[in-house]
Amino acid sequence: MACPSRDPTGRPPIAGSCPSRLEDFLSSTEGPADTSGLTRDEVAHLARLARLAVTDDELDVLAGQLEVILGAVASVGEVAADDIPPMSHAVPLENVFRADERRPGLSQQQALAGAPAAEDGRFRVPRILGEEA
Amino acid sequence: MDELTRLTAAELAERIRTREVSAVEVTRAHLDRIAAVDDTVHAFLHVAGESALESASLVDASLDAGTAPASPLAGVPLALKDVFTTTDMPTTAGSRILEGWRPPYDATVTSRLRAAGITILGKTNMDEFAMGSSTEYSAYGPTRNPWDTARVPGGSGGGSAASLAAFEAPLAIGTDTGGSIRQPAAFTGTVGVKPTYGGVSRYGLIACASSLDQAGPCARTVLDAALLHEVIGGYDPMDSTSIDAPVPSVVEAARSGATGDLTGVRVGVVREMGGEGYQPGVQASYEAALRRLEKLGAELVEVSCPHFQYGMAAYYLILPSEVSSNLARFDAMRYGLRVDSGAGAEEVMAATREAGFGPEVKRRIILGTYALSAGYYDAYYGQAQKVRTLIARDFAAAYAKADVLVSPTTPTTAFPIGEKVDDPLAMYLNDLATIPTNLAGTAGISVPTGLADGLPVGLQVMAPALGEAAMYRVAAAYEAARDAEDGGPLIHRVPEVTA
Amino acid sequence: MSAPTLVDFDEVVERFDPTLGLEVHVELNTNTKMFCGCPTEFGAEPNTQVCPVCLGLPGALPVVNRTAVESAIRIGLALNCSIAPWGRFARKNYFYPDMPKNFQTSQYDEPIAVDGWLDVELEDGSTVRVEIERAHMEEDTGKSLHVGGATGRIHGAEYSLLDYNRAGVPLIEIVTKTIPGTGARAPEVARAYVTALRDLLRALGVSDVRMEQGSLRCDVNLSLAPKGSGELGTRTETKNVNSLRSVERAVRHEMSRQAGVLLDGGAIVQETRHFEEQGGTTRAGRRKETSEDYRYFPEPDLTPIAPSAAWVEELRATLPELPWERRRRITGEWGLSPEELRDLVNAGALDLVEATVAAGAPAGEARSWWVAYLSQQANTRGVELAALPITPEQVARVIALVGSGELNNKLARQVVDGVLAGEGSPDDVVAARGLVVVSDEGALVAAVDEALAAQPDVVEKIRGGKVQAAGAIVGAVMKATGGKADAKRVRELILERA
Ligand SMILES: [Zn+2]
Repeated sequence: MACPSRDPTGRPPIAGSCPSRLEDFLSSTEGPADTSGLTRDEVAHLARLARLAVTDDELDVLAGQLEVILGAVASVGEVAADDIPPMSHAVPLENVFRADERRPGLSQQQALAGAPAAEDGRFRVPRILGEEA
Repeated sequence: MDELTRLTAAELAERIRTREVSAVEVTRAHLDRIAAVDDTVHAFLHVAGESALESASLVDASLDAGTAPASPLAGVPLALKDVFTTTDMPTTAGSRILEGWRPPYDATVTSRLRAAGITILGKTNMDEFAMGSSTEYSAYGPTRNPWDTARVPGGSGGGSAASLAAFEAPLAIGTDTGGSIRQPAAFTGTVGVKPTYGGVSRYGLIACASSLDQAGPCARTVLDAALLHEVIGGYDPMDSTSIDAPVPSVVEAARSGATGDLTGVRVGVVREMGGEGYQPGVQASYEAALRRLEKLGAELVEVSCPHFQYGMAAYYLILPSEVSSNLARFDAMRYGLRVDSGAGAEEVMAATREAGFGPEVKRRIILGTYALSAGYYDAYYGQAQKVRTLIARDFAAAYAKADVLVSPTTPTTAFPIGEKVDDPLAMYLNDLATIPTNLAGTAGISVPTGLADGLPVGLQVMAPALGEAAMYRVAAAYEAARDAEDGGPLIHRVPEVTA
Repeated sequence: MSAPTLVDFDEVVERFDPTLGLEVHVELNTNTKMFCGCPTEFGAEPNTQVCPVCLGLPGALPVVNRTAVESAIRIGLALNCSIAPWGRFARKNYFYPDMPKNFQTSQYDEPIAVDGWLDVELEDGSTVRVEIERAHMEEDTGKSLHVGGATGRIHGAEYSLLDYNRAGVPLIEIVTKTIPGTGARAPEVARAYVTALRDLLRALGVSDVRMEQGSLRCDVNLSLAPKGSGELGTRTETKNVNSLRSVERAVRHEMSRQAGVLLDGGAIVQETRHFEEQGGTTRAGRRKETSEDYRYFPEPDLTPIAPSAAWVEELRATLPELPWERRRRITGEWGLSPEELRDLVNAGALDLVEATVAAGAPAGEARSWWVAYLSQQANTRGVELAALPITPEQVARVIALVGSGELNNKLARQVVDGVLAGEGSPDDVVAARGLVVVSDEGALVAAVDEALAAQPDVVEKIRGGKVQAAGAIVGAVMKATGGKADAKRVRELILERA
């Protein structure tokens, strides 16, 4: 079956040495991909995308920490995996469906109970800048 | 300390069933214990005394009327990690952004506990949205390790593990995304199980990383964990990734394992786990554990999992990516915190998320946003998923040679509060040995193996998907042998909590 | 922003080649939403068709609606697409308050149906083949109501109110490949495509396809290139095009507007525009400060969809006769020209005639009853033809009575009037009103003889060979019999007995 993400289990492990352990994770601060580090501006851009109004002080700290973390995770780039299918799901299930049958949902009152603000049976939110739907 | 709080869940259930004690008495004993020690331990974010007593009295009434117990754990109290929705208790996931939120629905795990007659004592502390390995990233203050209250209990499920070690509850529920059940179990001398992915419903479990999260039982004995596993496990049509297969017979496996014979069982020793980089006391305890297993008749086979060394890196790309998307819903529009800056929705969202999320959560959201962004996806998220495949293949090859695999659960014992809180990478290393199991969707358990410098050490036993029976059998045999050798359960050596 | 110079349409097509692309969003008419068991009904009280899943509450998880997948596959098959043997949902990440999870679950990059086509018939009977790039499943958003400000619109609003009843309703997005070479007919092709797609979806029974309720929504992509250059210009995407007429107007307007920009030496900005119903113009949407980065990744909470060949074939077998197949069959079987068929369609009579034929009536008579007498009656009453209180079976019965000679045309119309007046079935009306052709030959002969005797001069003419003079006698006989005689038989008797 054409199933690019599934792991056909049971293959022998890739031969090769296995130096490993902590040091590898800690020391691999220079991965092969050109991916080490993020500028302060890039972090600011990512924070905007993620809707986080981070402060300038936080930006400084985050940029430094993310550089260290990215340096460590860049080691995934060392693995020769061109022909390896990506694994997006932990279990190889397919075609999980439900019947088109109604189930009891929430009442309007229940739905709005946790809302910071509500009006006329609707969630009241600050004005939306953007496209009209 | 009331003697009732020292008993195992299996013993409590038996005494309740035979009406030697009432469920209300058992619940009250635990509530009293919580009242006595939790100011120090801070395992709980919310204690639901009234509803716990009410639910216990329903169990009593039912048993008094001659009705068969709703489950083998009917009337036994439990501490629920605050990441499962509960209609009658607040649910915060350890975050300021959900402070005071009352979900309008119960998680499937919550419903199954209720249906089993298990009394929910309250909700336990955790690292915010289950991100962390010390419970210091909770927005509501850290939990302390009953073995040494200056130290962390591990995380993210530090509250659940500490509640067991402090005898505030005989059972607890945790969630394990990269070790959040097993690592706290190791740090607190308790038992924690990460079931096969899809083995326990995630419906109503506030997501950290969807493809890695798995709910599981926490207890002080392997048998108790097995009893709880069978209550919460099994197919749920509300979770598309739930496996439609019977729950492995883990109770039977735990009982048979406790007889102590592992003849014919092949135990794989993972070459890449343990040794260099592991605290000497942890390593020594692990080696002693291997000898014990051999003495029980197990055949030790060395296996190699060469891609495990990339597990951390893959994990810290996959997890933040999923987190960045899963946590987008906390936007101040429909529930939870709203920081009303008087501006438009976009600004209110950003201000609320800034105020409502802690530093570790923000760090991971930004990291994940980066890993998924156009131009970086292939190098980061895509590549991490391929590494994930290689790790799953490593496991498959190892399980072709061994029935279960073993390793130390953690590289170190519990560390002092504050030691790693500002060093994300050092914190991440706690999960070095537990992460591969989450990436592969397989199962793992941590059982106490001894003390190193007075602090508990855990042995991790791992099994292939739906292979929990073998894992429980080995863990139970190991526990029985260890306790016999040591003159009793390790947990009985925990010092009394003092303020 | 300065008002654009609009270029006369004829000049546009003289100087430019337009390229079209159409994206249609269809809300499925399933009982429940895409990923949860909430109803999908239009117009319910706000936030009454919601649950933890479609409100995006923490911890809630999606489960795919099987019927929605089946509808998607059936749409794909009807559009002559290949059905993907394996595909995953993805998360399209962006923040917007009408989207409860702040990501949309969509099959965007692994669509269930790819590479199809739809033949679209134009006014003059010619056909354009529109290539389909893909059809994929996704979920709808909630609806916002903007409160305050002068216009009641988003701009200047003080706050917004959100209703999530629509959030999670299954959507199929159908995307065409670029449609080149339509020239001056681009507006017509766009409209005809959406019309054909609507008819197809209606025939499949998968959607209400009501543009005014938003269950079928169209985005129009359009670009211009210098005539004959073979290039592909920069395109705009016009949203909010919510009627068939608007589709045509939006294309026409964008052509004129873009030509104006280009002829002024300007450049087209790739952007989203909005169609303005009054005036039939388009306006630019708000520019994004940062380029969109949706950070797609496979939805970990849903399993891949892998339709087996057997399942696909099972669904193929459920496809009804599709509109173009039906057209071909009907023109063949009934011997109609395309124009006659279109008249039938325009009169809303096609289904009725077909049902009448199915009930045993000859096609010609069935068609004539519905487009002539019954259409007049509908007009007089101001109702749709289909709303007349007479069934195709009843019409077929009347036609049968005429065929067997029991009714003549005049009586038949009286029978129909009776049915329309609520007097019961055709047979009830015949019995109650006594509307039967006089078939008693003796009585008829007597009436004929009587009429002949009364008009000897006419008899003379007939005998003299002026057969057409018999008409006067026929009239007299019909009058004498109260219109119940079979006029043809009367005529025969007159000629026999004169
Ligand atoms: Zn719903």
